[in-house]
Amino acid sequence: MPNGQSRNSIALTFERLQASKRRAFIPYITAGHPDPQVALDVLTMLADEGADVLELGVPFSDPIADGPTIQRATWQAIEKGVDIGRVIAWTAEFSAQRDTPIVLFSYLNPVLRYGPERFLQDARDAGAAGILITDLPVDADPELERRLSAGGLDLIRLVAPTTPRVRAVRIAEAAQGFIYYISRTGVTGERERLRQGLREDVETLRSVTDLPIAVGFGISNADQARAVAEIADGVVVGSALVRKLEEDGLSSARALAREIRTAIDAAL
Amino acid sequence: MSSKSKRQPAGGRGLLTDRFGPYGGRYVPETLIPALDELAAAFEAAWEDDSFRADLDRLLREHAGRPSALTRAERLGRELGGVDVYLKREDLNHTGAHKINNTLGQALLARRMGKRRLIAETGAGQHGVATATAAALFGMECCIYMGERDMARQALNVFRMELLGAEVRAVGAGSRTLKDATSEAIRDWVTNVGETHYIIGSVVGPAPYPCLVREFQTVIGREARQQMLATVGLPDAVFACVGGGSNAIGIFHGFMGDAGTELVGVEAAGAGLDTGLHSASLARGKAGVLHGSLSYLLQDDAGQVSEAHSVSAGLDYPGVGPEHAFLKDQGLSRYESVSDDEALESFRTLSRLEGIIPALEPSHALAQLGKEAERWRGRKVLVCLSGRGDKDVAEVARLERGGRAQGEGEER
Repeated sequence: MPNGQSRNSIALTFERLQASKRRAFIPYITAGHPDPQVALDVLTMLADEGADVLELGVPFSDPIADGPTIQRATWQAIEKGVDIGRVIAWTAEFSAQRDTPIVLFSYLNPVLRYGPERFLQDARDAGAAGILITDLPVDADPELERRLSAGGLDLIRLVAPTTPRVRAVRIAEAAQGFIYYISRTGVTGERERLRQGLREDVETLRSVTDLPIAVGFGISNADQARAVAEIADGVVVGSALVRKLEEDGLSSARALAREIRTAIDAAL
Repeated sequence: MSSKSKRQPAGGRGLLTDRFGPYGGRYVPETLIPALDELAAAFEAAWEDDSFRADLDRLLREHAGRPSALTRAERLGRELGGVDVYLKREDLNHTGAHKINNTLGQALLARRMGKRRLIAETGAGQHGVATATAAALFGMECCIYMGERDMARQALNVFRMELLGAEVRAVGAGSRTLKDATSEAIRDWVTNVGETHYIIGSVVGPAPYPCLVREFQTVIGREARQQMLATVGLPDAVFACVGGGSNAIGIFHGFMGDAGTELVGVEAAGAGLDTGLHSASLARGKAGVLHGSLSYLLQDDAGQVSEAHSVSAGLDYPGVGPEHAFLKDQGLSRYESVSDDEALESFRTLSRLEGIIPALEPSHALAQLGKEAERWRGRKVLVCLSGRGDKDVAEVARLERGGRAQGEGEER
């Protein structure tokens, strides 16, 4: 299964979901956290609990878009020797057994250091479906973006609440796979409530793109997941799962994943 | 100040450029892109506005105490075997360093943009104090991010910032020093971007910051050039220390068009370039992205950013301004590095010979001049004395008593 169908696996996943009127559950985890030994178990658990797309975070020493939970997970992973090479290796192992598309989620510097072409090649060979570079906004580096989006993997782009409409149109043109809408200004992390106006913003974004829209940042529990599933095609949950993994381990994270999956499915 | 010369870095559009050759750029989360656009537009409009320039000039004169003096260092020159040495005295500015040039300018710009809150990162506290000073002057809310480790050893500057009305927030993450304080300030900005202006302390960060900070610091070079011309003529060389590199960019730009003036930037070699304990990003770093721009960066093979080390807090940063990366690659300025011990020796020498206690940062520039003094005998050399050493005397005293250097991660 590595190679081959991965190119369109994100699109196929969303098509399948739309046909059955379901929304995507998209967990984010920091690769190798809480321990590299269970890296594969965590991915398998999330797939078992009905994840539709997996966001697998490559740890970077200076994660400026992340809040305390993912920062901590990141540094723990780095201390335990997690790097891009190992993340790709886990992707390959997982993809040999399961179909759930993996999006490699990274800051730019580890990718530059590894080599963008080599990263694309190895990620593709490993069966990854997409890549998302947090600190590579649209048009920041056109030549690099061209290479990254022509590499056979979906280059997922982000839209923020601060993004003006004209720029959202531009991002929609450049985006592949799905659009990741950041639910609020700020860094990743759990929040008590969703932002007012989120529904309107997602609707506005929908008017400029045909791609599926996933919403992330701050979605921490089943109620919020359900509310987001009412308005978007996919729900990204990161910090809440990462915290469960850190504090209570795999079974507790499994319980949360199951709750969220159920809540998302109850939305429509 | 944009004198046309082969040494003028190629620029895209007008005053602000996003790139210096391949370096610079805007590698930030999407949320910040509109804020950077807004900042660039506001700066360009302000810079064209005579009343903004007049306000800034008045602030620099009446609050910061500009123009700063040019001092001939006669006894030092003799000690070096007959070099004609001039010091640009940024140490005489209010708050004790060149940092105030930038913070007054950015605070004035922030007020014009309708922002009510200023945030900044700081290491030892010089940039934090300069930001808190500007915030107090304009009656703006102020929050300074500082690593826990730095707060512990720079308690006096923490108190100073608090006296000025700023809140100092401890950063307990990562290495708990400047690099992490900068990341945390960026996170604050991402979160509160509507009402908050982030005053970056050096010519680093995403565009337009490297250009913006440069424009506020070129006052150093502009004044120095006029002062040199009015007395002895253009210098044969200009020496300045480089951490992020704002004082160096500021003074270099005064002489970019002067082909006969060699520009020398001096990085911190810490315990030695081969020990791994240094801050010499240009000498030993590789191109990489940190805090929003592409430049030389100290990093490991996995692309994780390394911790920098230097006895001098202000040079202790694993990155460097992207314009320096470009100037280095193009051979438009020369970069050297100086160890902790060499800098400490120059710190003492200038104090003893000239009655000026320099900060440890410009002590690196002085030390490099000392190392190549022979070459400059009978010639005129200008050194940017970017700050005064008051903040460093306790650390130097500790070192003299045989204590371990606490050098990591302080001021920029």
